[in-house]
Amino acid sequence: MEQVQKDFDNIIRTSNFSKKEVEIKQEFLKKFLEKGFPNRKQENWKFSDLKQIISKNINEISFYNDYSVSNKIDTSLFVDELEHNKIVFINGRIEKIDFNYENKDKVEIIDVLNLEKNLNDINSLIELNNAFTNKCYKVLIKSGYSLKKPLIIYHITNDKVISKNINLRLDFELEQNSSLRLIDLFKDNSEKNFLNIFYNFDLNKDSILKNYKIDKSINKNIKYSFNNIEQDKNSISETFVYSSGSNFLKNEVNCNLNGEFSSAFINGIFKLSDDKQHEIKTNINHLTENTKSYQLIKSVLENNSRAVYQGKIFVNSKAQKTDGYQLSKAILLSESSEFNAKPELEIYADDVKCSHGSASGSLNENSIFYLMSRGLNYQQARELLINGFLLDVIEKITDSEIKNLIKNMIGVKE
Amino acid sequence: MDNREKEIENLKDYKYGFSTDIENTRAPKGLNEEVIKFISNIKKEPQWMLDFRLKAFERFKLLKEPDWQKPKYPKIDYQDLYYYSAPKSMDDKPKSLDELDPKLLETYKKLGIPLQEQARLNGIAVDAVFDSVSVATTFKDELTKKGIIFCSISEAIQKHPDLVKKYLGSVIPITDHFFATLNSAVFTDGSFVYIPEGVKCPMELSTYFRINASETGQFERTLIIADKRSYVSYLEGCTAPMRDENQLHAANVELVALDDAEIKYSTVQNWYPGDKDGKGGIYNFVTKRGLCKGKNSKISWTQVETGSAITWKYPSCILKGDNSVGEFYSIAITNNHQKADTGTKMIHLGKNTKSKIISKGISAGHSDMTYRGLVDISSKANNSNNYTQCDSLLMGNKCGAHTVPYIKNKNSKSNIAHEATTSKISEEQLHYCQQRGLNSEEAVGLIVNGFCKEVLQQLPMEFAVEAQKLVGISLEGSVG
Repeated sequence: MEQVQKDFDNIIRTSNFSKKEVEIKQEFLKKFLEKGFPNRKQENWKFSDLKQIISKNINEISFYNDYSVSNKIDTSLFVDELEHNKIVFINGRIEKIDFNYENKDKVEIIDVLNLEKNLNDINSLIELNNAFTNKCYKVLIKSGYSLKKPLIIYHITNDKVISKNINLRLDFELEQNSSLRLIDLFKDNSEKNFLNIFYNFDLNKDSILKNYKIDKSINKNIKYSFNNIEQDKNSISETFVYSSGSNFLKNEVNCNLNGEFSSAFINGIFKLSDDKQHEIKTNINHLTENTKSYQLIKSVLENNSRAVYQGKIFVNSKAQKTDGYQLSKAILLSESSEFNAKPELEIYADDVKCSHGSASGSLNENSIFYLMSRGLNYQQARELLINGFLLDVIEKITDSEIKNLIKNMIGVKE
Repeated sequence: MDNREKEIENLKDYKYGFSTDIENTRAPKGLNEEVIKFISNIKKEPQWMLDFRLKAFERFKLLKEPDWQKPKYPKIDYQDLYYYSAPKSMDDKPKSLDELDPKLLETYKKLGIPLQEQARLNGIAVDAVFDSVSVATTFKDELTKKGIIFCSISEAIQKHPDLVKKYLGSVIPITDHFFATLNSAVFTDGSFVYIPEGVKCPMELSTYFRINASETGQFERTLIIADKRSYVSYLEGCTAPMRDENQLHAANVELVALDDAEIKYSTVQNWYPGDKDGKGGIYNFVTKRGLCKGKNSKISWTQVETGSAITWKYPSCILKGDNSVGEFYSIAITNNHQKADTGTKMIHLGKNTKSKIISKGISAGHSDMTYRGLVDISSKANNSNNYTQCDSLLMGNKCGAHTVPYIKNKNSKSNIAHEATTSKISEEQLHYCQQRGLNSEEAVGLIVNGFCKEVLQQLPMEFAVEAQKLVGISLEGSVG
């Protein structure tokens, strides 16, 4: 932990933060130093002990990043089957913000260090993030405007970074009746880094947010991604997570349904093999009447991999007529794979409809037999079943353009 | 209102609310080695038992009180409790029921368990625990003929030391959690059952517990061993007198089932829940654990929890033997300011093991109810299966119902299925019943009984009737 303080001082010396910013950063650093990396003693991290994972995968982690030199953008990494707006992060540095397809006066990029927002008690990683992020941009979508093209955020790392902690943060505000489609794409060419990503979304009345996170390329990094979503009346948020490539990835979504008739949808796929350990943790807080949430998580686990789903639905006493649903299903394909779930309900209102289901097990031998008796070999039968199992989640994606893109990307057939 | 009416009025709030004056032999207040030696000495225990207690106490000193549970309670001063109290007339052990303190017998009568009649009529051997010492054990002869041992644990320590030595602490080790370890150090009495090889116990064994003497934490210890190919059904029922101070109850129950044996353990718990404002009431922090040690063994827990200010317990099964089965059926009802954090743990270790969990929670008034459970299938437990269903019913928007299941599957050949729902009694259902002449309370009683039916069916006859009534009584005044 001495390293943290040293690297922090180093950053403060070399960058030009205002005095006030430095003070706030120091406050966050102090809080992080008190708590350290989360470990299994905290209920939230019971199944995946980050402290242990970091010390196992990264020997000496460094918190210092030099953001003064720009990186060359490798355009071959861009998606070319879909016209889109771009934000490009390379090794944690913002290299490009491009909203060429949109009305200039409808999308605003604001350079803020809006750190005062009181989110410190969530966990120590948010504090780490706030202490070390060098830039924080806010994307503001003006009222009544829907982005013509989706926004893709590229998270690129290359072999220049190793054993680093990279923090990045973005804020989004969707004004009344606006909408945003956002895809996070992870392209890693580095290893042994710890990426700590924090997004904050403010959804005003009638706005729609769709966020798709695709972690597909195989890499040896450790990632933590936190989405905080505040939802006003009639707003809709849809989050899709494809969790597959990194050594460790934890996606956490905290969603506050503050306004009536707001709804949140979270769908996720774990497709893991080879010692990978991934987690999805959701917190849906139903805070007022007539709100709705739906979660569907499916896992396919091979060779020694491990998936964790912790889903929580909280309904406070004001939130009558809440409709909450969680379903998690897992297929364990190998002896040594493991699936842990903690689908939690905490309910203080009586006129609610809340339920959850969780099932885990092996592939159904009867179904395989059925397919093989119709001429498929074992491997084909197995693939067909897994394909169908995952397709269920893909079909939940409401945007057909992006649905097709994701289908092609992860190789799930219709 | 004349005096008599007032008296009746006072009794109405809690059906079993009265206490008898019997002088107590008490250990000095507080928890230390001296007190443990005092308990051990007064019970004339052998050295190994004292060593067991002291070892547990050494361990206890290192442990911290857990605080992860949902219901919080005021801090208990463990030095301010009496760890032993026995009815004084017990100093000379009575030879028969007639020799018992008449006041004691009176208490049982009020409770509706006239010892002799009930025992004979129902064919149940009743081992009544009044405070901490077993007062009378009936039907001994009939059981002895079959070779069944059913006695207090103190007696078992004297007469069957080999069995007790072998199994005591084998399921709940003295190094277990805070309250279990405390119990190991200071337990006063409880039941001991041994069913020999191949014997099917001809009657339901039953113990009625009663907490008397104020400020006494009750530390029961129950040990049930079912040898190969044997069967036993054990009933535990509880009522307690009205009290203002909170009373701690930290019992340990250990079950061991060997090859092909089956144990059925049923509980109806109706201790004093505190008054309408949540004052007083029993803290029920019980550790119950069963070990399916042998092949094809089966342990089944059934519980109806309606009493206590705070209920905090997880009757568990460790399915160690191949093909063993664990079951858990539970109804938990909380009303007024009661709090419950209950559920089960199913640990699958052996091959082809099966477990089933049916939990029904009903919360009303200002109460809070949590189902917390663990299903853990280890990597060696091939072809294991679990099915879990937990349903909650809420009455009013001041109460809470929570579900916190932990599901761990480390075996690709095993299946786990879990479902949970939370709902309320629908207006249509109520309307339908009322239309047919039931008042709203009867209607709720009927609907709730239907909701709980799956679990009530699991109870032995005698209990099922009592439990059904209890469900109705517990929810009185929660509608309207």
